[in-house]
Parts: sequence; C-alpha cells; structure tokens
Amino acid sequence: MRLYAFAVYLFLYLPIAVIAIFSFNAGRHASQFTGFSVQWYGKALSNPFVTEALWTSFIVALTSALIASVFGTMAALALQGMKGRVRVVADALIYVAVMVPGIVIGIATLIALVTLFGWINPLLALLAPEGQAPQLSMGYGSLIAAHALFSMSLVIIILRARLAGMDRSLMEASADLYASPFATFRQVTLPLIFPGILAGFLLSFTFSFDDFIIAFFVAGSETTLPIYVFSSIRRGVTPEINAIGTMVLVVSLLLLVAAQVILRRGPKKEGADAA
Amino acid sequence: MQSQFDSGAKDQKANRPLVAEFRAATKRYGTVLAADALSFGIGKGEFLSFLGPSGCGKTTALRMLAGFETPTSGEVYLDGERVTDVPAYRRPVNMVFQHYALFPHMTVAQNISYGLMQHRPRPDRADVARKVDRALDMVRLSGFGPRRIWEMSGGQQQRVALARAIVNEPKVLLLDEPLAALDRKLRREMQIELQTLQRQLGITFVLVTHDQEEALSMSDRICIMRGGRIVQSGSPNALYDQPISRYVADFVGKSNFIDGRLTALSATEGQIETPVGQRFAGRVSGALPLGSKAVLSIRPEQIDLAKSARTGAEAVTVINRIFLGEHTEYLVRHASLGDLLVLVARQAEASAGSFAPGDAGFISWAPETGLILPQD
Ligand SMILES: Nc1ncnc2c1ncn2[C@@H]1O[C@H](COP(=O)(O)OP(=O)(O)OP(=O)(O)O)[C@@H](O)[C@H]1O
Ligand SMILES: [Mg+2]
Repeated sequence: MRLYAFAVYLFLYLPIAVIAIFSFNAGRHASQFTGFSVQWYGKALSNPFVTEALWTSFIVALTSALIASVFGTMAALALQGMKGRVRVVADALIYVAVMVPGIVIGIATLIALVTLFGWINPLLALLAPEGQAPQLSMGYGSLIAAHALFSMSLVIIILRARLAGMDRSLMEASADLYASPFATFRQVTLPLIFPGILAGFLLSFTFSFDDFIIAFFVAGSETTLPIYVFSSIRRGVTPEINAIGTMVLVVSLLLLVAAQVILRRGPKKEGADAA
Repeated sequence: MQSQFDSGAKDQKANRPLVAEFRAATKRYGTVLAADALSFGIGKGEFLSFLGPSGCGKTTALRMLAGFETPTSGEVYLDGERVTDVPAYRRPVNMVFQHYALFPHMTVAQNISYGLMQHRPRPDRADVARKVDRALDMVRLSGFGPRRIWEMSGGQQQRVALARAIVNEPKVLLLDEPLAALDRKLRREMQIELQTLQRQLGITFVLVTHDQEEALSMSDRICIMRGGRIVQSGSPNALYDQPISRYVADFVGKSNFIDGRLTALSATEGQIETPVGQRFAGRVSGALPLGSKAVLSIRPEQIDLAKSARTGAEAVTVINRIFLGEHTEYLVRHASLGDLLVLVARQAEASAGSFAPGDAGFISWAPETGLILPQD
C-alpha cells in the first residue's frame, strides 16, 4: 500500500521535477544533463514571442481576476441575502459551474460569443458610418470574459464560506450603532471578507494564467503563454520551454500558497469575538 | 390564558413619562406567533425586564424596539414618535448583544467610538476620544483602549459591549441576555455594576433574561411572558406576593402547589378541596369562578416545620436537607400532598433544632399566606 502511494507521487511529481531540473541544463538537448546553467531563462525572457505571450497572459489574468473578484463578491453578498430553496439551488449551481470541464466551458463560450457577435456586428455596421464599423471578434475581450466567468464561481465559493461563518449580529450591531447599510458594508462587512476576496483574486489570477483549454477556444488571434508553449512544443521540447514551465509553476505555487495563508489567517481573527 | 394585567400600576415609578410604547405589536414568523398583540409602555429611567422561558418571544419584543424586526401589525413608539418602520440605524436606542458582537477587526477604543463616528458631519476627534475614555472609565476598563478584542476576557468583552452602547447616550439601552455567557460570580458582579450604571446614567434599561434571580434583583418592573404575550407585569415584590396565576408564581421564586377545586369563595378569601377531600383556605388572586380547578400556592419560607404536632399541622417525612447558609431547605414528603419544599431560617433552626433525612415532622402555615390561583 505504501509502495503504491509512493508510486503515485512519483508519477505525479517526477515529470515536473524533470522539467524543473532540465530547465537548468547547459546543453540544448532535453534528454541529457550536461551541466548547470540559467542561460535558457535568459533566452526565454529575451524571446519577443515569449514576452509578448507573457504580457498577454498577465493582462488577461489580471483583468479577469479583478472582474471575477468584484462581481463574485457582489454575487456572494446577494446569495447571502437569499432564503430557502432559491439559495440552495443557486449554491448547487455554483458548485456545478466549477466542476464543468474546461473544454465544455471553452466550446460553450465560443459558441455563445460567436452567436452574439453574429447579431451585434451587423447592428454596429448599421449604426456606424460606412466602413468604419468596429468588428467584434475573438481576442482579449473573449479571453477575459471566459476566464472571469469561470473564476467568478471560485470567488463566490470562497466568499460564501466566509460569509456563512461570519456572525450576522456584527452587521446588526453596526446598524444599531447608527451606520447606514452602505456604511456597514464599508466598515464591517468588507474588512471582514477582504481576505476572502484577496484569496479569490489570487486563485482567479492563477487559474487564468495557467489555463490552456478555455483559452485555446476563445483566444482568437491572441497568444497566451500556455498557448505559446503548446504551439512550440510541437516543434520539440527545448530547455527554453522547460524554463518557461518552471517559471509559471513557481509563480502559480507562490500565489496559491499566498491565497492559502490569507484564508487560514482570516477566520482566526474573526472567531475571537465569540470567545 | 390570562389577559394582560398590570399589577405594578400602584408603583410610584409607574407614573413616569413614557420613553417607549408598544401598541398591539404583533410579530408572526410563518405560523409562529412570536409576539401576540403586545401593548405596554416603558417609563423614562425605568429598569424593565422581560422574563420568560425559551421561545416565549422576549428577543422578538426587544428586536422590534431596536428596529431589527418590523411588526407584522401594530405600532412601536419611541419618545412619542411612531418608529414602526424606522430602520435600526435611525433609532436612538442601542443594544448589548448576547454574544457581544464586537467588531473583531477593530481595537477596543475603535469599537466604542464606532457609534459616535457615524454622525455627519464627523465629530471632533478629541471630543470622541474624551467620550471613549469616560465610557471606559465607567465600565472600569481605563487604559484598555488600544487592545484588540481577542486580547480581552469574556467579562471584559462584556463591558466593552456595554461601553460601546452607553457612550451614545441612547434613549433606551436594550440588553439581550447580556450576562448569559459569564460564570456565576462574574454574573453577580456585572448585575450590580449594571444596576449602579443605570442609576448613574439615568438611561432606560430593557433587559431580556430567563434567569428569574437576575430579573428580580435588578428590575424596577418585570414583564412575565408566555407564548408571545405578557402574562403579568409589575414590580418584583408585587409579582412575588401577588402572582395572578400558577405560571407566574412558578416563574417568580419557588413555590409549592396543591391542586384542587375552589369550593368556597368570599371577597378575597377562598377554600380549595384536594382530590382526597382535604380543605385549605387561602387568599384568592386572579379571576376564579366557584367550582373551577384551582391551585394553592405556598412559598417555602411560609411553611413552618416542627417536631411536634399542632392543630392543623400535617405529618411529613423529611427526605432531604440542603444547607444554604442563611437558610436551610428541606424537601419533605406528605402522604397525599406529595413533596413540598420548606425553607427554614437559620435562627429558627437554631431554636427548634434541625432535621435529618428520615425524621418525622409536622408542617403548618398561616391560611392567609396561601394563595389560591387559577390552574393554567
Ligand atoms: N427569524 C425567525 N424566523 C422564524 N421564527 C423565529 C425567528 N425568530 C424567532 N422565531 C420564533 O419566534 C418565537 C420567539 O422567539 P424569541 O427569539 O423571541 O424567543 P426568546 O423568548 O428570546 O427565547 P430564548 O430565551 O430562547 O432566547 C420562537 O418560537 C422562535 O422559534
Ligand atoms: Mg432570546
């Protein structure tokens, strides 16, 4: 049994370790380690295609995470106010949304957007003067929209847990002390759920930054980092790709750890009032 | 069920001007009637308690006054103004929550100044700081201002919650079982502190509790609640001496109850007959027609326990003896009346001698100390 578990971990982590190790390979072949070097990191970061893809990924991740955080927070707050069966169904749907395979979301978003553009573009053409009508198409917008859509469920789940664990009487105490609903939100609710929002933001960012499947469907002519890696792998695995992979891995892990730390630290503070 | 009955009307404190008033305030949660046409007034500077078992609607009444619940029907008045639909944040009342509900992300001082800081235009900082210090002084927490909430003990948190409310000088201070989470000794201390504070500040206090001792020791007036209604309200003395039903007698202090039927009735006197034909006289309280089911209530301290028989005394066997310091509580068994509690003062016991479990004895009481009450 123990051997089995060991094998599983080996399967899981050995390939990742190999990538990380070979990213420091001095030689240009991915199959034999010829000495330590960081030259591939330099090469990767000075490759204009890589930096451009990195920039695209960064912008998409940042924007979609921001949108997901804001709208996810609003949705979670609205859900908190709901009662009974509606809330149960809404909660269940959020969990379903997280479990839907990426490929389904990718295709669904693609079809939805293409259909939408199919309606809007002729309208825009009608409204705008001859030949200058903006054409909506796949690209940044669709990438950000699709990622924000998915990440929003993550944010909602995190915040729902946090709001559920929050003492409702804190809000009542605030109202009792003459704070209007908005003042209560700003001074009590928001500070208390902020760690959750931040964690949700970091998770959303990580998700978007790493995502290949959804991006592949809706990216249009844009190239995110995962898409770049995928397309260059078809020309063979180079140490440069390993270096990129390792960098993405490290950034993602750091963000995930940060999110965990923030989430862990939050509730301790909160529980203290009931002690 | 008894109609609402105010036996505290003779109380001199009941003539104060009203600071709050309920007029047939009713609150329904689905099929549950949490407040059933509550009508009562709260006098300025009064210390009023709502006492009743769990689920009788005490919190609901308080929350309607605070503005967290809107009555399904009826009206709520504060300081002569109709506030039935006024939200909590516009009502000049403050509440001390059962679990304190202190803001965990703020210091003690920030918690206390929270209410003051909501005023627009923003109040002067130095002024706020002065008021916060004074409030901390009042709850004996001087110097604790910069502490975090979780660095405070339960009793200290309780006092922070109190300071956070009184610093706003509310028209009415609402307290929902504020001492429930404290241990016995601390609770006793806080009861005294609350009383002192109330006298110093002259603020109207409305306290919700299911601890009769707490209500009896602190309040000017107590409303006994049952099933969303006020069964009886009055001063602690009035409720203790003139309960209008078995329910009230049982809830305020301890009492012995003897079941029977009302067989004789004059202006104030009456007689009940037990199922085995014993007859006892007593004062009649509440509305009771002749022949109806009734109960004779005798307080444990009004029963005399003696070693030798006297006329009218009943033979009993001592079952248990509990030494309470000033008093000794005996549980005695009577052949037909069942088990009775007898409270013997220390002096009386010293002169008449004490009883051990198993001893035979004789109990008697003056007929006018027995109260004949409706059975409910
Ligand atoms: N938000 C609510 N939704 C549904 N029913 C409620 C709600 N709040 C109170 N009730 C019901 O109304 C009745 C009165 O409740 P309330 O909280 O006023 O009782 P209480 O006297 O304060 O009891 P306790 O001593 O246990 O605090 C109870 O039967 C309770 O179940
Ligand atoms: Mg309650």
